[in-house]
Order: sequence, then C-alpha cells, then structure tokens
Amino acid sequence: MSITATTVDARGQSCPGPLVTLHRALKDGGPGDVFELLATDPGSKSDVPSWATLSGNELLEASHEDGVFRYLIRKA
Amino acid sequence: MTVGDATGNGSTDATELTELIDRALAEREARDGFNKKNKITIVAWDGHLDRIWPTLILSTTAAASGMEVSVFFTFWGLFALVKPEKRMTGKEWMTKALSVLNPGAMKRAKLSRYNFAGMGPWMLGKVAEDYKTPHPTELLEMARDMGVRLIPCQMTMDLMGVKEEDLIDGLEEPIGAATALLEMKESSIQLFI
Repeated sequence: MSITATTVDARGQSCPGPLVTLHRALKDGGPGDVFELLATDPGSKSDVPSWATLSGNELLEASHEDGVFRYLIRKA
Repeated sequence: MTVGDATGNGSTDATELTELIDRALAEREARDGFNKKNKITIVAWDGHLDRIWPTLILSTTAAASGMEVSVFFTFWGLFALVKPEKRMTGKEWMTKALSVLNPGAMKRAKLSRYNFAGMGPWMLGKVAEDYKTPHPTELLEMARDMGVRLIPCQMTMDLMGVKEEDLIDGLEEPIGAATALLEMKESSIQLFI
C-alpha cells in the first residue's frame, strides 16, 4: 500500500518553527490526509509525538536518516 | 459478591458499589474541573526578552497543537505590546519618565540578566537567527495570525497611561483581573511568567 503524502519541509527551522509550519500545512488538508514532515531540529523527536497527543492527529511513523527526521502524520 | 453495609442491614452489590464510586469520582471531576477547556492561559507579567520569548514559544506551540490560547499582558509585560514606533507613553511626568526608562516594544526588550547595555540581547538575537529560532517580534505576529488571544490589562493601561492607539493592532479588548481569573479558571494550563 502506498500513501500519498504532502511533504512539509521544515528543515533548518528550530522550535517552535517545525510545528507551526506543520500546523499551517495541515489547515489546507482534510481529515485523513497524510503529511510528511521533514525536520532537522533534534527537539522534534519528542515534540512531534507530544504535538500529536495534544492535537489529536495521528503520528504514523517516525524515522531518522542523515540528520533529517521524517514524520508521517495523518490529520484527524 | 455482596458486601454488608455499615449498619449491618441489607447488603450492597459489588457492581452497585462500583457505580457509587464512579458517580462520586465524576461529581468530583465536574466540581474541580469547572468545565476546563483544552486551553492555556499565560499571564505575561514580565517584559524582559528572556521571559516574553518562552511565553510566545509556548503560545504558538499550543495554538499549533489545537489548543485555545490566551495571553494576558499585565504590568511590565504590557509594554511588549507597545508599537515599535512609539518612543514614549504615559499621562503625566511620572508615567512618561517610566516609559522612557522602559520604552517597550518587543524589539527593544532587554534581558533580565546579562543585558550589558544591549550587547546581551543583540548576541542572543544573532545566535537565535543562526539557529533559525524566530525572534519574539516575529513570534508575536505568528501568535496573532494563529488566533492566540493577546489581551492587554486594562488596569495597567490606566495606571501607566498607555492608550489603545499606543499598542500594536490585532489585540483583544483590554480586560480586568476578574476576567483574567475566569480565563485562567476555564483553562487546563495556567502560567505566570
């Protein structure tokens, strides 16, 4: 199964940049839409899951490669 | 299973007991919870850069997490909302003198320590820029765009002679202490910074 995800590039941004950028991108989407967040902020490791809990959106996947954190999020 | 009551008369079923406990817990939650919303209220009392900055980081992050956010700007915190082009506020010489010592506007905010005549804030701003951490001036605008309610304190405005036209646009109507308390009471998180 492949998921079409809208990529949200927040690389180079630091707290609270990535979450604000993600929030803005999510506004344009509908429920069930999947977003791919790219970030270099190491704080995003704990902050993205916390944000998901707070906002009720679903964190599907989190990975890390070559200094880039990648998160798959399904909009609630 | 049955449990005898305290008087020894009759008996209470275990499921009934569970229901009783659940009801008592629900009542307590309703009483203590006071219809708490998914909301955060921050009292921004201090106008220093290193206090307003975390206030705005928390506000924008909470708004990005779908929380309702109110920030109540009181005493020195109010001066963070003064328009950058305003050099002086106040109604008589004392409040005018105070406003010259503390001119306000986010971009002129000082550090609470290590200010070194402006060297501290400049260095911090430079480092933040390199790390792409938004400056409070920028965060204030972001907060406003994200629907964070920026609320000036009416009493501070009256006391310090700060007029509505001295403050930046897009603010809520000024409120008093009781309304600020109500904002806090219905919030699940309250902070005083």
